[in-house]
Amino acid sequence: MRVTKKKEGLEMAEGDMTPMIDMTFQLIAFFMVLINFTEAEQDERVKLPSSVLAKPPENPLEHYITIQMQEDGTCIIDGNDVPLDGITNVLRSQADIMQRLGTSRGDVTIIVRAHGKAQTGKVQDLISKCQEVRFERFVLRAKESLVIQKTK
Amino acid sequence: MKIRNKKNEDTIELQMTPMIDIVFQLLVFFIMTFKIVAMEGDFNIKMPLAAHQGQPTDIQTVPMRLVMKADAEGSLASMKIDSRSFTDMDELHGYILSKVGTDPGSQDSDQEIELDCAYKLNYEHVIAAITAITGHVDDSGQVVKLVEKIKFSPPRGAPPK
Repeated sequence: MRVTKKKEGLEMAEGDMTPMIDMTFQLIAFFMVLINFTEAEQDERVKLPSSVLAKPPENPLEHYITIQMQEDGTCIIDGNDVPLDGITNVLRSQADIMQRLGTSRGDVTIIVRAHGKAQTGKVQDLISKCQEVRFERFVLRAKESLVIQKTK
Repeated sequence: MKIRNKKNEDTIELQMTPMIDIVFQLLVFFIMTFKIVAMEGDFNIKMPLAAHQGQPTDIQTVPMRLVMKADAEGSLASMKIDSRSFTDMDELHGYILSKVGTDPGSQDSDQEIELDCAYKLNYEHVIAAITAITGHVDDSGQVVKLVEKIKFSPPRGAPPK
């Protein structure tokens, strides 16, 4: 049914947009703060073992190289799959670059992110290969576990 | 030219549509790229270069040697320090606690543990053992450190190259 007579007297109804815009900006701020672009250091193929003591470091490492190891022992450096045997050459080139930038190998920490089901021997082989390139500082990375260990 | 009534000239109406368009674009972008990442932490391990290994260090105590054996699937078959066997990580943690103590003054900071692991052992068991050795979280949520000097001995049962 069309009503034409009444329409002339009607004013255009306008919804109040302010609360919606407020909420939208809040959401954008939330996602902007939490967004993490450091995808290169994490690979979904690597499921880290968890530990209650794995707390984020208070002082982040200054010079580091992250090496990830998949379940089958294949390593990932800078997003590239590298077989364990070929890791020495990659590390050597990385060390040369760092040396040119004024960082000696002794100051560089190797972060080992290994899959929980990877063989420990292969992780140790990886460390040995890093030692061949004269790296000597290592950390083993684990995922923070939310299950609190009982105090003895 | 649009001629407005004098009544409408008092209020300035902003065009909200383009702004809301852009804002929703941004919102969608952030939602799509959002990824919940678990917090991660590090365990320091002591792996000096071979040239330094033969040199005497300032460590006066003999490192404890934790032997971890694996079955064919890589699960933990047994673990022991000297002749003492442990059935689980809680027992290992209790043993380390009895050796090192919890009072900050009595902590033996020179205590070192060497991990002697089977080649096939799943890495998650090593991290569990390192967790049991390194410390625990007390009731207040603080981390109580026990032994922080951890090193690996060459793996047992490595496949021939």
